[in-house]
Amino acid sequence: MITFIPLYAFTRKVPVYESFVEGAKDGFGTAIAIIPHLVGMLVAISVFRASGALDFLMGFIAPALQGLGVPPEVLPLGLLRPLTGTGSLAYTTDLIRVHGPDSLIGMIASTIQGSTDTTLYVLTVYFGAVGIRNGRYALKVGLFSDIVGFVAAIAICMLAFG
Amino acid sequence: MINGIWLAMIVIGFVFAAVNGRMDEFTAAVFDGAKSGVTVSFGLISVLVFWMGMMRVAEDAGLLRKIARLLGPVVGFLFPDVPKGHPAIGYILSNMSANLLGLGNAATPMGIKAMQELQTLNPDKETATPAMCTLLALNTASITLIPATLIAIRLNFGSAEPAGIVGTTLAATAVATLAAIAADRLFRRLTLLRRPPKPPAIRPGDSARGGPALPHSSMKG
Repeated sequence: MITFIPLYAFTRKVPVYESFVEGAKDGFGTAIAIIPHLVGMLVAISVFRASGALDFLMGFIAPALQGLGVPPEVLPLGLLRPLTGTGSLAYTTDLIRVHGPDSLIGMIASTIQGSTDTTLYVLTVYFGAVGIRNGRYALKVGLFSDIVGFVAAIAICMLAFG
Repeated sequence: MINGIWLAMIVIGFVFAAVNGRMDEFTAAVFDGAKSGVTVSFGLISVLVFWMGMMRVAEDAGLLRKIARLLGPVVGFLFPDVPKGHPAIGYILSNMSANLLGLGNAATPMGIKAMQELQTLNPDKETATPAMCTLLALNTASITLIPATLIAIRLNFGSAEPAGIVGTTLAATAVATLAAIAADRLFRRLTLLRRPPKPPAIRPGDSARGGPALPHSSMKG
């Protein structure tokens, strides 16, 4: 793709370099415009985690999961995933390191990480870039699909590898 | 909703920190979060600058218009209110394909370009349009064919079958994507029912300049 696009454009008599630089300028401005949004979001997430509120929340949900035979180790992943991509990737890496990549926990964690996304980050970046303040129902839909993806990942892995 | 969640996270965080005697950690977390917000943004600069440059070349070459015409029907179903042949469609499609291939880094700039194009169709510049919500729904469900990062990590920890998660990831991602599209459709329908379509807020004399200054107004191409 990296060579095809410029080559194709060149055959179409597009001034490729000038066109690239023109578009690239937008990229810089966009990255800068995102900063305030990202700082606001990441501060809230980081505060929520450091205060122990996240651990407290997890204490409620873990026993219910254990009853279903779901390894409770994967639960924090479901809570972290929509909030922080690097945080959840770090957590997944840790689960894989401790339990092994081919263990049930390792498979579930890998699948969750691969099939859901950092909803709050995506929302912040995309809406932040165009100055949308009222996201309407986008957050609800995003979180709903995260929950479905999380549950589906666990169910499918338990069927396939359990 | 985002206002409430943001406020709640900070206030609840503060209360928990006070009760748990973690005020030092609370303060540290504030600056930690702020710092990573800037670091992440700066980390995005290289990728955004490169891919947005690349996308401009593709756009000038007429590639995006071509893709848009080819895959128009799919997008037409998902984004009924984006006019056929609008530049947004090309970016939406590029964003979808980059996500499919697991090129998260390339998907973001294209998604942002798609958003900026959708914003040109938006009568109320501060409120998301249904099309914007659909684009987000597709991105948060993150349709993935090849979870490259995960395969790399698994390989790193000596997995017997690093790609063994491709099937399960594909299945889970398909379920999540269908759920996201269904939920998006439902909410779209509900919003339409709740408030009858009001006449667009743009009057002939209103230019983009009329509204409050938007952070991106200086970089619109």
